[in-house]
Amino acid sequence: MAVHKGRGFSCINYPIGMNLGGDPSQALVHSTPDGKFMVTLSAIDLGQGMKQVSRQIAAETLGVPIEDVYVDTADSDTGPHDMGSFASRGTHRVGNAVIQAAREARSVMLDAAAEELEVSAADLETDGKGNIHVKGAPSRTIAVADTAIAAQFRQGRTISGRGIFLIPMSDVDPDTGEMTPVSCFAHAAVVLDLQVDDETGEVEVLEVNSAYEVGRALNPKMVEQQLIGGAWMGISHALFETTEPHYPNRDYGATDFNHYLMPGPGQVVPHHIAVLERPAEDAPYGGKGPGEMCANPLLPAVTNAVYNAVGVRIDALPVTPEKILRGIKANGGARPQGQSWEV
Amino acid sequence: MAKMPLQFSLNGRDTAIFVNGGENMLETLRRGVGDMSPKYGCAQGTCGSCTVIVDGQPQLSCLTLSQTMEGRSVETVSGLSDGPQLHALQQAFMDGFAAQCGYCTGGMLMAAKALLMNNPNPSRDDVVEAISGNVCRCTGYEPIIDAILDAATKMRGRAM
Repeated sequence: MAVHKGRGFSCINYPIGMNLGGDPSQALVHSTPDGKFMVTLSAIDLGQGMKQVSRQIAAETLGVPIEDVYVDTADSDTGPHDMGSFASRGTHRVGNAVIQAAREARSVMLDAAAEELEVSAADLETDGKGNIHVKGAPSRTIAVADTAIAAQFRQGRTISGRGIFLIPMSDVDPDTGEMTPVSCFAHAAVVLDLQVDDETGEVEVLEVNSAYEVGRALNPKMVEQQLIGGAWMGISHALFETTEPHYPNRDYGATDFNHYLMPGPGQVVPHHIAVLERPAEDAPYGGKGPGEMCANPLLPAVTNAVYNAVGVRIDALPVTPEKILRGIKANGGARPQGQSWEV
Repeated sequence: MAKMPLQFSLNGRDTAIFVNGGENMLETLRRGVGDMSPKYGCAQGTCGSCTVIVDGQPQLSCLTLSQTMEGRSVETVSGLSDGPQLHALQQAFMDGFAAQCGYCTGGMLMAAKALLMNNPNPSRDDVVEAISGNVCRCTGYEPIIDAILDAATKMRGRAM
């Protein structure tokens, strides 16, 4: 009996956000009297970094320090409407809504500052450090905090903004079947190395190398984090996760998540990632976001690598030892295309 | 069910509470004491999110009968930081982006702390072994392992 090495390749064109149903996101931005800003969303951070990225986008658009921006995603009853955190839409859809809301709030903020400084709002700019000053005359300045106080207590203005991002629903052309279901695409390619034991059918992943094009990486460290974690979710889907099969029948099946296998820390392998940045025109500051794409290409990469290792083509996930052994048996033995060694 | 008195040390503080016979330590900590830092995950001892440290050893609080904690010293994530000063492990987790949704993080921190208490200079394999009972859905474990090794290095530097 032998162990066979296999290498699998896959690539993906990944749609960021579907507009089959219109798919809107809303955002509200308002300042507090001390010159901080609150971004209110109903989009939810599942750990992927929605809050952080929304905060960065709001701070960049408002022209204020990121420390002065808070993101509240607490309650979909009190927040503005959002379709939700799915379809890899968060950065793109919510980010665009945040930009629109922050632009409106910034415009009111500059109007308020203009009134205090007795200049035209068009002549003002922000320094990103909490101050607003006259272009070319930095000494003519007012703090964002003082602007907020003036707006609130003297001018009677609300420094606030509303944002919505909506791509109209795309209908299918009845003649051609043509439609525009998505607004932008991200891309990735994955090379995965693994080995298959032809006696036990067990698969051991050895190394992953990948390249992802996610538009601008708005937060490079979080992009990397999501790509590494997402790749393991993909490998987990490919090799472990199922509620089936169970022997001899369904009565012996899983009753809870404890029987729903997933990789542990001992199965971590090196994953080398190259992130390519090609900012998308309609994306917030060019960021499309990695989204589900970080998991998807790993599945075909695994099945292709298994085929390369033992010549078994598996088209129903997960790739269990049983399926591999049945495939090897049906083929009359392993048909390795790569390196093999006796064990 | 009869209530039983239980006294133990929680993060260095003497704690006295009445518990139900058969109650597990996760319930006692969360509902009884109000320390919500041990997380309720599987409640069957497979996910590790409820890990606490008992007399220097990591233990799954969901599988621990509260009454067996009489007179023992229990540590939870709530006792890790010194006021606003984060524990080296917490800082390393933060710096290394070792949390995403955060549900496993408390258990990971306690498993890691128990490791570093017993072995201040762990190898990568030691770390993997120490957190092998802790499940993480988001990170792919790599940043967690790196963060624990990073904290170990910094903690050794501080001790010297």
